[in-house]
Parts: sequence; structure tokens; C-alpha cells
Amino acid sequence: MDARITLHVDGVARSLTVDTRTSLLDALRDHLGAMSPKKGCDHGQCGACTVLLDGRRATTCLAFAVAHDGATIITAQGLANGDGLHEMQRAFLDHDGFQCGYCTPGQICSAVGMLEEAEAGHPSHVTQDLTGPVVLTDDEIRERMSGNLCRCGAYVNIVAAIREVARKEGSA
Amino acid sequence: MSTSLANAPLEIRAIGLPLERIEGRAKVTGTAPYAYEQTVADPLYLHPVQATIARGKIASIDSAAAKALPGVVAIITHENAPRLASDKDKELWVLQSDAVGFRGQFIGAVIAQTPEVARQAASLVRVTYAEQPHEAELRADRSDLYAPKQVNPDYPTDTDEGDVEAALKAAAVTIDQTYSTPWENNNPMEPHTTVATWGDGKLTLYDSTQGAHSVRTMLAPLFGLKPEQMRVIAPHVGGGFGSKGTPHAHDVLAGLAAQAVPGRPVKLALTRQQMFSLAGYRTPTIQHFRLGADREGRLTAIVHEVIEQTSRIKEFAEQTAVPTRLLYASPNRRTSHRLAALDVPVPSWMRAPGETPGVCGNEMAMDELAVACGLDPIELRIRNDPPVDPESGKPWSGRNLVGCLREGARRFGWDQRDPAPRSRERDGWLVGLGVASSTYPRYAMPGSVASIRYGADRRYAVRIGAADIGTGTWTALTQIAADALGCPVEAIRMEIGDTDQPNATVEGGSSGITSWGTTIVAAARAFRAEHGDAPREGAEASAGMPENPDEKRFAMHSFGAQFAEVRVNVDTGEIRVPRMLGVFSVGRIINPRTARSQFIGGMTMGLSMALHEESVMDPRFGHVVTQDRRAPADARRAGPALEPDGFARDRRDRHCRRGGGDRQRRLARHRNPRAPPADHAGQGPVLSANTATRSSVIGRLRAARPASDNS
Repeated sequence: MDARITLHVDGVARSLTVDTRTSLLDALRDHLGAMSPKKGCDHGQCGACTVLLDGRRATTCLAFAVAHDGATIITAQGLANGDGLHEMQRAFLDHDGFQCGYCTPGQICSAVGMLEEAEAGHPSHVTQDLTGPVVLTDDEIRERMSGNLCRCGAYVNIVAAIREVARKEGSA
Repeated sequence: MSTSLANAPLEIRAIGLPLERIEGRAKVTGTAPYAYEQTVADPLYLHPVQATIARGKIASIDSAAAKALPGVVAIITHENAPRLASDKDKELWVLQSDAVGFRGQFIGAVIAQTPEVARQAASLVRVTYAEQPHEAELRADRSDLYAPKQVNPDYPTDTDEGDVEAALKAAAVTIDQTYSTPWENNNPMEPHTTVATWGDGKLTLYDSTQGAHSVRTMLAPLFGLKPEQMRVIAPHVGGGFGSKGTPHAHDVLAGLAAQAVPGRPVKLALTRQQMFSLAGYRTPTIQHFRLGADREGRLTAIVHEVIEQTSRIKEFAEQTAVPTRLLYASPNRRTSHRLAALDVPVPSWMRAPGETPGVCGNEMAMDELAVACGLDPIELRIRNDPPVDPESGKPWSGRNLVGCLREGARRFGWDQRDPAPRSRERDGWLVGLGVASSTYPRYAMPGSVASIRYGADRRYAVRIGAADIGTGTWTALTQIAADALGCPVEAIRMEIGDTDQPNATVEGGSSGITSWGTTIVAAARAFRAEHGDAPREGAEASAGMPENPDEKRFAMHSFGAQFAEVRVNVDTGEIRVPRMLGVFSVGRIINPRTARSQFIGGMTMGLSMALHEESVMDPRFGHVVTQDRRAPADARRAGPALEPDGFARDRRDRHCRRGGGDRQRRLARHRNPRAPPADHAGQGPVLSANTATRSSVIGRLRAARPASDNS
């Protein structure tokens, strides 16, 4: 069964017809050619397909496209503003927070979404004080980024990149 | 241009600088095209049909229901698939017979207009089998273990020097231990992917591979094609760890499917689950160690006997005992490899095959010996450091393992370690420090060619079909080319990852930068000799990789020392690793930034292997039942305080590098400024599970040895 939907991807409204079984990730990649989100596991374990979906980070391989008609999606490509990179992207470059680069767009979208969650006071599994503002210690960053895997093992540099952006924003 | 200029040493300017990755911007925005993401017109999608038995024959295949599904374009099985030219490699002999050699093997493929339809149709293909009994369990007591002719890639299967039995009998101290390592899967983040188009007698693959030319060399004859009739393109590769070092069955399946629908690109990306059967893996190993030593801890006998598996349809013999032949000195030494041929997926290269499991066993045995001798583990290793290669008798081109151990001990605070087990507890955690040696051979593979052309844009196009699997090839080769041509890095336009470029050897065995970098230097010399440093537009030259006469005179290997602080919860047994340090002796660093990433990446994978990774085989069915990415996920979680640090020592290896040593060291320190705090007096259980250094690192670090550098 097919369905006609519209997705707002990186600021552009795109209408497409999808099989109702089509994941949001496949809709982006196969239908719209938006290849920035990656398919690493296709079952929600690796985080490579993470985008900002209506403002929150989401694994698009676990979402049906048809369930998100009208959604606003920002990919890592859309985080960059023309020639200018998002500060998180800049930090990943500065700290060499990647090697093969395949998990990287998902890591970056996840990190951007994570900082907003922390800013909004969302606690995590390792948050000690549930009443005050969230302080993004390295433990907090690791826990909150634990849904994004990197097989090259760039974690140390990824944490350093996120820590730097968090500090600039005053949340670490 | 004079010959003297052409042979002059490189003026080191770009080499050694921590340049940002030149493809970095494309990667952080997600716009670097991996295989699946290349633009093709009007593609079809392939979903494989896989065997559900471990051994036997296909009795019947009923594709009627699948064929009837709207959107299905073609279904291929062994009954109708195009014929391949050679059955020499049974892993690549895809859909050519009714035989099933392992569970998960390809037995068919559905090609459809959409991935959803292809997947549904594949589930509708009905297969019956004549099943045969299978064996999928590796055990040391099997009666059918055999000695392969050689072990990967071409080492002797067995070695035996002196009289180990007599030496063990006479030894003051002996160790007799058996260690096992589990089945491990490479699991690069990017699944193995091939986009194949067959048209006008030509096959084009966008492939996720560590060697575009290797894929063509192996597959073109299989498809009955001349090399010029096949093109393989792979500018960006989402990790490989050896599993993309050689083409696997999916490359062939995509090619066959493309042949069935000529003119239409066919896209195949393995699912994560399929990768456990079809993309290679590291064999489980059973390692029997016997060590003999005198009271001062000097080894008198080393015996390392390895049992591991291969598949019945194709042999791969992991060289697990090979590093034991050179790590430590002893007059009496024996190593052996025995294989069980099982009805299992085909094992292959996985990150430092041989060294990873073998050094792991070796270092555990050495720690046992240190305890038995009452010696500090570092002191034991220093006392047994061989002055020359024990195997060949050749001098080391550079070793400096002792220097790595000493420098690491100093930086890590080893002097505060208490060797008595369970002697230090902090807040409910037992705290211990451990050490292990690392080693990896220096490989250079002959056969690469590089071309250089000066363009209208006043830049040098440097072309070689090399691969970047995250190792930093794009950047490191640009740096080498810039210095070789005596120009700024901005004047280099690097072109890699395409068989339309000159031949490049595979990104494997840590040989990439060594082989390609040397080749580029040779091509630059040829270019400057012919065209000078103010070339006309269109000036061009090329050269192949020159021979290195030092290879015959010296034993060339990299070494390193790994340190870990390990905490074990006294109540739960939970393990945490708050701190690691690696110190490496690897020759010249081309790019400290990407080199450090390689080191900490290798250390992180070593940590994950030590604590978490095990692909669990169910021998009743003959396949891995843990078909997901939990292991790496757990690695992240188990090490919430993981902080490996890498520090590269430049060892002034005259035979692998030239010049620039002081600067290299300075830069390496600059990138690794943190000396670990010295407030951790550790002791207790020794973790010695970190293993060989990452292959590609060494390749890069060894690179750019000028062709004439024999001094």
C-alpha cells in the first residue's frame, strides 16, 4: 500500500509516495536522495541514522515514513549553514572525532539534540541531582551519547568535541 | 632537471603536520558518497535468499509466489544464474550449484523495484533441502585437525628450534596454560555494499572495499571480463577492519544480478544480520602455551600451539602463533597451527589477523610467568628482549619495545603498582595496573603505480587507486605528495579509490601508506626529473613502487607497550577501565592527528575485544545467534570512563624513515600533552588482553621512505 506524504527536509518541502512499510530512513535515502543519515544496522542499535525530527533527535530506521507526514527533519547536511559549519561539526573536525565518517552525521545530530535535552533539564541514567540544572560531565556525555556507536573507536575524541561545545554553551 | 635533484632527500614540510582531514567537511555533513550513496539512474534493489541449513543440497526452489509479487523484476538461483568462469574460490562461486556449505550462504536473489518488495519476495521463495549432518563446533579434541600448507599470508605453519621438551624438563620455572579467544566479527559501521551495473559488456561496481583494484583483479576473470571491462569505484569506505580487504560473495551476487537486468543499476547492501555469515570474521582460537625459564626469568623454552577453525569450502589459516616467533628470545622455540574444517561461514582477515589473538595469548602467558618468577611484568619482558630477530637472525631495523615499556611505565605511574593481588581497594573497587606488548610486521606490497599530472588549475593531480577506510589516506598521501613535489598541500589534488586510476595494492596488512606513499615519492621524482619544478600544463609522469633493499637485510616490525588501569567491583565483579596508555615505536608519523586517532581506535577495539566481543555460535544450527551490534555498544557503556591515550615514539629508524625526527617527536607530544596523574597506586589482577597495534597506523607511520634511503 502506498501513501502520499510531505517531509520538510533541511528547509525544503518534499512530497513523495512511499510504501507504508518504508522507513523514514529509506524515504530520505532512497526516495529523496538525502544520504546524510546513514544506515548502519537498520534496527535502532547504532544511531548512524539519527536526525533531528521535529526538533528532537530520532533514529529514522525505527520510524515509518508514513507516520511522519508533515514532519520537519534536519540532517547533518542541513545543520551546516551554506559554507559555514555548525559549531558541533567544527568541533568534530578540530578533535578528529571520526575516522571512516560513517557514524559521524548521526553522532553530530545526536550531540546537537542531546545538548538541547540537557539544556531543558532532562535527566539521564547517571544524573546525580535531579532537581538542579544538568551539568554535562564526561560521564553525562557518554551516557547520553550511548546510542551512537563508532566502530573506529573515536569515542575519546567525540567526547572531547562535545565537551568543548557544551562548555562554550555553559552546560559543562 | 638534474638527477641529483630527483634523488635528493625530501624536504620535510607537510609531513608531520597534524593537518585536518581533507575530506573532513564532507564527512561531518554526511555528503561524502559511500557506495550506496553514489548517484545512479533508476536503480533496482536486491534482497538475498539465504540457506537455512548448514550443510546439504538444495532439493527444490519454488519462486512462483515471489515472482507473482508486483514490483519483482527478476529472481536468480543456481538454476538460472549467469555462469561464472572459475570455481577455484568456493566463497565466490555464488549461485553456481545446489550445494550448501554453511548456514546463511546465498542461494538466491530477488531483484525488485523497491527494497520493500525485494525483501518481501525473498521471504516468499520456498526452498527444500536434502540436509546432511554438519559440524560447527571448534574443539581441541577433534580427531580431524590438520596442518595447513601455510598460514596467512604465507608464513610456515610450524616452527621448531632447539629442544623444547628437554628445556621444559630442565627449567626452574614452567607455565602450562591454555587460552581461548572467541569468534569475533569485524562489523564496520557501513555494511558491505555493492551497486552493480552491467552494460555494453562492461561491469561497473560502486563498492565498499579496501582495494578497488583487488576487487577487479579477483572478479573480472570470474565474470569472464578483461580488466578494462570492469571498473570499481570506492572513494570513501565506512570502515573495513579487514572484512573489506577481499571481495566476498555479495560482490559476486550483485554482479550476477546486474547481468540479469542489463542496463539497470542493482543496489545491494547487506543487512547487519547478514554480515555475520557473509563478510568474514576472526576464527575462535584455542592456544596452548608452555613456557620454561630460569630463576631470573630468562626464557629457555617457548611453545605456542594453536587450534582454530576454517570453513570446509575455503581455507583461511589465521597466523596466530606467528608473533610469538619474534616477541621474546629463547634458544628453544616451537609454534604450530592446526585447523578444523567446519561447516561454517568463511573466516577471513580481521584487524591484525594473527597478532590480535596471538599476542593476547602470549602476553597472558608472560604475566603468568612474571608471577611464577616473582618478577615485575615489565622487567620480565626487558630480560627477554631479543637483540636480533629470533626467527631470521637479522638485525631489527628498529625495535625499541624496551623504550616503549619504560616510557609508558614512567608516564602511567607504574612504580606505584603493588604486585600483590587484591591489595588495593578504593570505594568498593579493586584497582590494578596491567601491561602488555604490541607488535605488527612492516609490510610493503609491490605493484602500486602513481601518476602525476600538472593541470590548468596549477595543481598537481596525483592519482593512485588507493583506499581510505578511515585511516586518513586522503590526507596523508596529500602530505607526502606535497613534500615529494616540493609544493604546498593546496597544490595537490589527490585522486584515489577508482580502478580508472593507476593500480594500487590493498589497504591491508598495514601496508597502505608504506606502499602508496613510497610509490608517490617515486612518481614525484620521475616528474621533477622530467619536467622540473615549473612544469608546463599537461606535464605528466608516473612510476611504480621501488624496491627497498633494506627489506632483505633487516627484520622490520613495529612495537608498542599498552598500559591499563582496571577496576573490579568487589561485590558485583563489574569491570571498569578508567585509564589506558599506549606507547608505540613505529617510525615516521605522517600526520599526528590521524595517527593518534588510529592508536586510540586500536586501543578501544582491543578493550572491546577483551571485555565484550564474542559472536556466539550455536553449533546445533551452525550460525551466530548474536547477530547484532551489542558488543561495540557494550564497549561504549562498559567504559564510561574510558580514556585511552596514545603516545607515539619516533624511534629514529634509519631503515624505515629519514629525517625530521625531532620535529616528529615534538608534534606527537603536542598532540598528546596530558601526562597521566600519578595518584593511582594500583595492583591486583593483571589485565593483559590488549593486543597488536592497529595495522593501518603502522602503514602510515612507516611511509614516505624515499626510494634512495638506504643510509
